Amino acid sequence: MEKRVTFKGWMLPLLLIAPQVFISAVFFFYPAGQAVWQSLFIPDPFGLSSQFVGLGNFEYLLNDRFYRASFVTTAIFSILVTLCSMIPALFLAVLADRLIKGSGTYRTLLIWPYAVAPAVAGVLWLFMFNTRVGVVSWYLGQLGYDWNHVLNDGEAMGLVVVASAWGRISYNFLFFFAALQAVPKSVIEAAAIDGAHFWRRFFTIVLPLLSPTTFFLLVVNVVYSFFETFGVIHTITGGGPQQATTILVYKVFSDGFVGQDLGSSSAQSVILLIVVGLLTVLQFKYIEKKVHY
Amino acid sequence: MAREVHGMVEKRGSSLWLTHVFMIAGVFVIFFPIWLAFVASTVTQEAIIRPPMPVWPGDQFLINYKNALFSGVNVPVATMLLNSLIMAVGIAVGKIVISLLSAFAIVYFRFPGRNLFFWLIFLTLMLPVEVRIVPTYEVVAGFGMLNSYSGLIFPLIASATATFLFRQFFLTIPDELAEAARVDGASPMRFFWDIVVPMSRTNVAALFVILFIYGWNQYLWPLLITTDPEMNTIVMGIKQMFPSGDDFAHWPTIMATSILAMIPPVIVVISMQKLFVRGLVDSEK
Repeated sequence: MEKRVTFKGWMLPLLLIAPQVFISAVFFFYPAGQAVWQSLFIPDPFGLSSQFVGLGNFEYLLNDRFYRASFVTTAIFSILVTLCSMIPALFLAVLADRLIKGSGTYRTLLIWPYAVAPAVAGVLWLFMFNTRVGVVSWYLGQLGYDWNHVLNDGEAMGLVVVASAWGRISYNFLFFFAALQAVPKSVIEAAAIDGAHFWRRFFTIVLPLLSPTTFFLLVVNVVYSFFETFGVIHTITGGGPQQATTILVYKVFSDGFVGQDLGSSSAQSVILLIVVGLLTVLQFKYIEKKVHY
Repeated sequence: MAREVHGMVEKRGSSLWLTHVFMIAGVFVIFFPIWLAFVASTVTQEAIIRPPMPVWPGDQFLINYKNALFSGVNVPVATMLLNSLIMAVGIAVGKIVISLLSAFAIVYFRFPGRNLFFWLIFLTLMLPVEVRIVPTYEVVAGFGMLNSYSGLIFPLIASATATFLFRQFFLTIPDELAEAARVDGASPMRFFWDIVVPMSRTNVAALFVILFIYGWNQYLWPLLITTDPEMNTIVMGIKQMFPSGDDFAHWPTIMATSILAMIPPVIVVISMQKLFVRGLVDSEK
């Protein structure tokens, strides 16, 4: 889409666009280019010179047991976060949609955890499950269950998943609720007159009509769990125990900053870049086609 | 029969209170972690380290919050709050200003390289800061911007979402307005200030809400570039309050800080709920 009416001149528009182009160039394109460039080198231990290794870093990474494990961890983590945040949100949205009065109040009560930073959410959940002072872990102990996410892989994963999904429920609720309100009431009523009970109506009419929203939320939540959950993992587990919760973004950080392995970290950045690219393409494909029945 | 259909579709009758029960249970589960944090911020350290901690607030509210705000652990929380505020407002205002300008240029002018610039900006949509942290860190360090507000703000402004949003909106402004301005001999910038900016008010406000929360909740970037506790933001500063060894963390202070870290973005979301929902839906399209 283009404007029919435009202004003349080319100096002014270049000036107007200059700040954004400048900032993007300095803080975006240059660093992104550096990441690609550095991924082709291995710096010597003193950081004085570096040796060109071509795709060596990538080859090394793909053969690295820990890196492959991190891929699997990321996949499990993002699937769990997506499910744990979307299913309760859908459930609550369906309930809120059934209410004529009061759904606005519930919406207000439910949306604001969205504003809580992932890192703060991490601290809150860490506090509840802390092995020494946590309330929940204490009661679990009373029931005979010895909670220890510091040592147990599965419990660590469970905790970071729940802490990451928690604030996200608000976000998904908002989108599901808006979509449910947009479902034409006449269709539901027609089905009800034909004798379809609530759950049948839900699965055969409402859910298919929600598919564009559901697909959109799937992509957005996967992107969220890939990139925005760093704070949760850093505050709760620090990637541990033994890398059990080291997702790809966390590994870029720990190899690049803690381990100072620039070549490998850059190669990981490039791989992540490709992953983001694929996710974006998926998102745009969806916008073009719109999932529908 | 009519009565029954009514009951099923219009959501009345016995299932109504069950719906409320489930909703309240849902709200309760969502709230529980925050409630516990609040309780912990109002009791003494002794009450917490001997579990189970109480479930109702204690009488240490003023003491704990005063202690957190003015002494903190590494640095007073008031300082971190100020840093967060500057960062969040800086990111929101910065992004909105550069995006308004560049979207105006892209929509209302034909100039050499327009498509190229458009695609360059478009590309920045794809790459979150998390992916390019090491080289971006080097750039910022090279400029001597570590431990500075500009180092906190500028790298996070480099993104195209806002530009796209404004572009979409500008395209819906009727051509007649620009035509009238041109016929009247008004300069492009005059048209920008008198027509385009006032018309974008709601979009600007909605975007501000979203960007403020985005900026306030940043974690990884401030963690990397603010080594000086005086420059810590509150969201990343909480983690720094935990002792590195085996000591007990001072939970009342930490939890008071967590509550303080939530209050500004939560107030923004609740007080501007309509704008927030709109901004959220707009910026994800």
